[in-house]
Amino acid sequence: MNAFENPDLVRLLGGMVALLAIGTIAGQVLRRTARSESGQATVRNINDRMRAWWIMAAVFTVAIITGGIGSIVLFGLVSFLALREFVTLVASSRADHRTLVIAFFVFTPLQYVLVAVEWYGLFAILIPVYVFVLVPTTMVIVGETERFLERAATIQWGLMACVYCVSYAPALLLLDVEWDSPNALLLFFLVVVVQLSDVAQYVWGKTLGRHKIAPRVSPNKTWEGFVGGVLTATAVGAGLWWATPFDPLEAAGMAFVICLAGFAGGLTMAAIKRDRGVKDYGTLLPGHGGVLDRIDSLTFAAPLFFHLTRFFF
Amino acid sequence: MTAGLLAYVARAVSGASVRFTAGLPGPGQRVFFANHCSHLDFLVIWSSLPPVVRAATRPVAAAEYWLRGRLRRHLAANVFRAVLIDRGAGGREAVARLSAALAEGDSLILFPEGTRGEGPHVAPFKSGLFHLAQERPGLELVPVHLENLNRVLPKGEAMPVPVMSRVSFGAPLRLEPGEDKDAFLERTRAAVVGLAA
Repeated sequence: MNAFENPDLVRLLGGMVALLAIGTIAGQVLRRTARSESGQATVRNINDRMRAWWIMAAVFTVAIITGGIGSIVLFGLVSFLALREFVTLVASSRADHRTLVIAFFVFTPLQYVLVAVEWYGLFAILIPVYVFVLVPTTMVIVGETERFLERAATIQWGLMACVYCVSYAPALLLLDVEWDSPNALLLFFLVVVVQLSDVAQYVWGKTLGRHKIAPRVSPNKTWEGFVGGVLTATAVGAGLWWATPFDPLEAAGMAFVICLAGFAGGLTMAAIKRDRGVKDYGTLLPGHGGVLDRIDSLTFAAPLFFHLTRFFF
Repeated sequence: MTAGLLAYVARAVSGASVRFTAGLPGPGQRVFFANHCSHLDFLVIWSSLPPVVRAATRPVAAAEYWLRGRLRRHLAANVFRAVLIDRGAGGREAVARLSAALAEGDSLILFPEGTRGEGPHVAPFKSGLFHLAQERPGLELVPVHLENLNRVLPKGEAMPVPVMSRVSFGAPLRLEPGEDKDAFLERTRAAVVGLAA
């Protein structure tokens, strides 16, 4: 079925483009009017997000037009780029070269092939089971024992976060949910709620933020931002119930869980960056990267949303 | 055509980002010298150059590697037009070959460490660069720093890993009047290391 025949979807896409257009114009106006140094930085941050969202919106539209395979390819690419940033930052042992070759060129594509052929049984265990066994095995064959567990765990974790978790987003399209609309709406719901929660937390934190929530991990995150952002995104999620298989209360519950998971994911990635003394993956090398910065909250939210939906609907 | 395609593939495979700290090099003869950490090095530098400059730039490479096998011989002779150096034959012979290539008007890509290093450390430079500069005092010497390419394709590996890497071109240097060999080699090495930041 052509997804564009679904009026809900057309309405959502139209709404999304309209919101982005308003946001972009507002961002450009603010860019000219913001006076202070920190005000400029805030506006720049918002405008950066806006740019990323336009790309996401385009990606999403392409995903729907191509009926699934497009989103699988695109999220596969996102995983590849995210893993690349992760490995550049944390996995630096010369001895792990071949293990990384396998991670990038065998397991990352294979995970998305499993989504494409709808082999759920293997999709769900490829990285937790087979990679878990094969990564240390490859490393043992190479034979370097220095920091062995740390190196194995790092590669395993990178594949879990950047590939396994992210692949749950396009896997939503294959879920067998009892409703008449295309599952692309589920993907839309997930991405919109996660991203909105991110930016709402940022905005609430900037305007009302007083009490730091995790000062050692991320000094910008405050309780006020967290509560305001999560409530805002939960409310918007509930308001989108008509485009989901959920009733309003269920939609609110789902959005709430997605927000919490997204928050945890963002903080976790921030902790990894802090440990390595980097602020953003995008600043590893100027002008490059930053994919992981945009999808950090998605990594924890996508698998939870998938499994909750799969279990209850 | 092959050259353009290869340059594109090299850029895609290495995923290297390029930075010209002193602006894009225009036409004119110069020697690019860089730290050496992988087989991709000269390809990455060569493919980062604007096509016009690239067409007049020849890599300097080890003969024993590039004369082995038909494909390599073809690539070295016809695609890259490499200046092949016999590492066993001694420095004088090598410098003579480089001079001859410069006399034809071409630019060169040179790795003064002489061999690939294992890590990010830049080894002391061999003296070839100094002798070349002495023969042609006005010659522009452009320092180039390669970052993370040793992680993309370490010594002894055949498959690259797409770690983020970078190639940085610095401002050109020249041999100062009266500068001695050690001072010159240290200064040029420091120029490469200084691009790491």
